[in-house]
Amino acid sequence: MIKSNEKNRVVITGMGIVCPMGHDIETVWQGMLAGKNGVARTTIFDATTYPTNFSAEVKNFDPMKYTKNPHLHKYCSRGSGFAIGAAVQACRQAKIDIETDHPADKIDRTRLGIYLGAGEGSLDNDIFFDSIVQAWNGQTGQMDWLKWAQVTCKLNPNKELEQEPQMAAAHIAILTGARGPTRSCLTACAASTQAVGEAMMMIRRGYADVIISGGAHSMIHPLGVMGFNRLTALSTRNDSPETASRPFTASRDGFVIGEGAAIIILESLTSAKKRGVPILAEVIGYGSSSDAFRVTDMHEDARGAIQAIVAALNDAGISYKDIDYISPHGTSTQENDYIETKAIKAVFKECAKNIPVSSVKSMLGHLIGAAGAAELITCILAIRDNIIPPTINLHDPDPALDLDYVPNVPRRKHVNIAMKESFGFGGQNNVVIIKRFSE
Amino acid sequence: MDSADVVITGVGAISPLGATSKDMWQGLCNGRCGIGKITAFDPAGFSCKLAGQVPEYKIQSFVPKSYRKAIKLMARDIELSVIAAYEALIDSGIVTKGIDPEKINVDPTRMSINLASGIISCDLIELAPAVAAGIKDGKFDIRKWGTDGFALVTPLWLLKYLPNMLACHVGIIHDIQGPSNTITCAEAGAHLSIAESAQIIARGDSDIALAGGAEAKVNPWIMLRQCLLKRATSQSNDDPETACRPFDASATGSVFGEGAGIIILENKQKAEKRGAKIYAELAGVGHSNSLNPAYEHLEPDGYGLQIAIEKALEDAQIKPRELDLIVPHGTGIPADDLAESKALEAALGEEIKRILVWPTKSMLSTTGAASGVLDIIAAVYAMKEGRIPASKNCDKKAAGCNLNIVTKPVQTKIRYALSCSYTYGGQTAAVVLKNLS
Repeated sequence: MIKSNEKNRVVITGMGIVCPMGHDIETVWQGMLAGKNGVARTTIFDATTYPTNFSAEVKNFDPMKYTKNPHLHKYCSRGSGFAIGAAVQACRQAKIDIETDHPADKIDRTRLGIYLGAGEGSLDNDIFFDSIVQAWNGQTGQMDWLKWAQVTCKLNPNKELEQEPQMAAAHIAILTGARGPTRSCLTACAASTQAVGEAMMMIRRGYADVIISGGAHSMIHPLGVMGFNRLTALSTRNDSPETASRPFTASRDGFVIGEGAAIIILESLTSAKKRGVPILAEVIGYGSSSDAFRVTDMHEDARGAIQAIVAALNDAGISYKDIDYISPHGTSTQENDYIETKAIKAVFKECAKNIPVSSVKSMLGHLIGAAGAAELITCILAIRDNIIPPTINLHDPDPALDLDYVPNVPRRKHVNIAMKESFGFGGQNNVVIIKRFSE
Repeated sequence: MDSADVVITGVGAISPLGATSKDMWQGLCNGRCGIGKITAFDPAGFSCKLAGQVPEYKIQSFVPKSYRKAIKLMARDIELSVIAAYEALIDSGIVTKGIDPEKINVDPTRMSINLASGIISCDLIELAPAVAAGIKDGKFDIRKWGTDGFALVTPLWLLKYLPNMLACHVGIIHDIQGPSNTITCAEAGAHLSIAESAQIIARGDSDIALAGGAEAKVNPWIMLRQCLLKRATSQSNDDPETACRPFDASATGSVFGEGAGIIILENKQKAEKRGAKIYAELAGVGHSNSLNPAYEHLEPDGYGLQIAIEKALEDAQIKPRELDLIVPHGTGIPADDLAESKALEAALGEEIKRILVWPTKSMLSTTGAASGVLDIIAAVYAMKEGRIPASKNCDKKAAGCNLNIVTKPVQTKIRYALSCSYTYGGQTAAVVLKNLS
C-alpha cells in the first residue's frame, strides 16, 4: 500500500439531519435547547399490546421532496429515505453539487466517498407474517415451503433489495455521483460513530478528499421492537412516553427506540480551503475498541470503553483536561449509564465531575445505527453556539451516578473541544473528538 | 510503525468445497463442483432449487468449553465465521485465549477484527410458534401477537441476528480487544473489510487483524430474494454441475451458497520478527461505486468497478504488466459478467489479453459476504503453489467478453494477483496481492 505519512487535517463542511425532532438542523437544535422531545405513541405499526407502545418516530417526512429524480428512489426503505433528506441538506451546506452530470464544485468524483453506519430496512410485514401463518403446521412443527413460496412470491423484488443495509449508501451515490471509497458498516448502536471515525481516517491518509458520512436507521417495526422488548432493553413507561428516556436517573428503565438519519460531510482541510467552503469544526481524534466480553453485557470494568476513549485522546494528541463537553452514549438503560459513568471517571480522573456530560437521547430517543452521527451534530452545534444541550427528564438523579449531566436546561459554556462516545451491543466502542476550527 | 506493510499470515475457510481452506483449494484444483440440490429446506416452490452448501460440522469443536453456552446465540452465519477464524488463527501460529489460554503469544489490545456480513435471515421455524400464537380468526393479529406471541420468542432472539455478532463472537472467543467493525456491503463486503483492516494496520492502530466475511445464504428468505430478483438461474435445476457459468455464452444466472473465509493480516515487520509464515503481501486496495439506478446490476460499462481496480493498482504502485492472475467476481449473471469484463479491459488495457482470469463461482457458488474472501484465499493458494487451476463451465465465452479465462491448469509464478468484487447497491472493490517469495 502507498506509504503515506501525510496526515491531512480533516474538517466538517456540511451536516444534515432527519430525526424525530425535525427535518432540519435548526429546528432540531432549537427544540433541544427548549427541552422538547420527539417521543410519542407508535404509529408506524400497531404496538398497542407491545410491552412498549411508544417510540421516537420521524413524522410527516417525504424524501421525494428532496430529489429531482424521485423515480430513482421510489422503492427506498424508510431509513434510506431519511438518508436522502439528510444528505441533500449536508451537500447543500458543503456546496457539493448533486443530481448533475456536470458538477462545478471542484471535487474529483473519484475522491468523493461515502461511509455510512446504516441499518437494514423493514420487512414487508403483512406478507412476512401471513406467509408463516399459511405455511406453518403446528402439529408437525414443520413449514410447508411450497405454500410459503406461494405467499412470498407476491413480494416486490425492488423493495426486497432495498432492505439491504448498503442501500442508503447506494441512494447517496446516485444523488451525488460519488465514485470514491464507499463502505457501509453496521456495528449496532455504534455504527455511525465508527463510520465517521473510519471515514476521517481515510481522508487523513489521503484515500479521499471528501466523504459523505453518518448514519441512517429505522428499527421501529414489529420485529425490531419485539426483539428489543424481549431483551428488556426498552423503557416500558407506557403511561408517560415523553419522560421515558431519562438517562442517569434512578428510575431509568431502558432506552426509547427512535429512527432517523444524520449526515456529516468530512473534507480535507486542503480541499475545503480550495473550494472556499465554510468550516464547521475539525475532527481531531478517533478511537475504537472491543469489549471482547459478552454479547449481552458491557465489560463490567468498562475496559473497552476506557480503551476507546484513551485511544481517541491519544489520536488527537490531547489530554483529558482539554475536553470541554462529552456527548455520552447515555441510553437510559441501567447498565449503560452506570458503566459509561465509570469509564468517564476512570479516564477523566479529577476533571470528571467538572465536564458537562449530557445525553440528547433524552430528547431524540435512540436512533440506533444513526445515533452517533446525530449526536455528533449536536456536538458541532455546541461548539458553534457555545451552548450545551441538556439531559431532560433528569429529576431523580441516581445517587450512584455523580457526574455533571446538565439536567433539564441547556447551559452556556465555551466549548472548544467535544467528544462523542458510542457503544454497540456486543461490545464495539467508538469515540470521535471534534474541535472548533482554527488555522 | 506508521505506514506499515501488511502481509497475510493465515487463512481459513469453510465453503461448499469443504470444511477447510485446503479442501477448498483441492476442490478447485480438481474442478469439483460444490453446488447441489438444496437440502436445508424443500425448494420445490423456488425457481432455483440449487445452492452451494457447506459440509456438516460440529460447532462445539471450534468453541472453547467456557464459551459453549453461547452457541445457542449463534445464527449459522456466526457459526461459519467462528469455524473459519479458528482455522485461520491456527494456520498463522497466533495463539489467542480461544486457541490455548496457557500459551497466548499475542497482545489482545493490538488485535482487530473486521468481518463482512449479510442481513442474517431469522429462522422462520424458530419464530413460527410465536407467530401462530398471534392468529385470530385464521389471520395474523398483531395485538394478539403482542400479548400471546411474545412470550414464545426466546429473550435473546435479536442478538442471534444482528450482523455485527459475527465479529463479536469471534472477538470474544479469541479475546480481540482492538477495533471491531462489521461491513454490510453484501458481495463486496469481504474485500472492503480486508481493505479497512489493512488500513488500520498500516496506520498503526493494530498489528494483527482478522478480516473476511461469512454468510449462510441457504435459507428460504434469502434464496427467495435472489429468485425474485432473477439473479438465481432457474434453467439448470437438473444439472447442478453446469448451472453456474461465469462469462459463458449460455449463462443464465448465478447459484447462491454459504460459506466463510477469514484471513489474518499482520504488520509485516512484526510478522517477520515472530517468524511467521507469510503467504503474500496485501499490496493495494481500491474501492468505488457503480452508479446504476437498476440497483441490482453493475452499470453496463463497469466504470465503477474499473475505478476500484485502477485505484488498487495505484495503491500497490504497479502497472498492469506486473499482474499474472485475476480472480474476478464472475457470478454467472450475464449482464454483470459483461460489465465486469468491460471494467477489467478498460482498467488493464492491452495486458488483459495476457493475464489469466480464473473465476471460481461455478464451483463455489456465490456466497454473499464470504464470496470475496474465498476468492482472495483461492488467489493466495494459487500464488503459493505457483499454480492456477482450470475454471469450469466457461465453454464458450459470452459475446463481448475478451477475458483470457484459464481453461486448463497452468504452472506459473504469479508476481501479483488481483481480486475484485461488487455488489447490488453499487459498492465496488479490488485487492492486489504481491508474491514475496
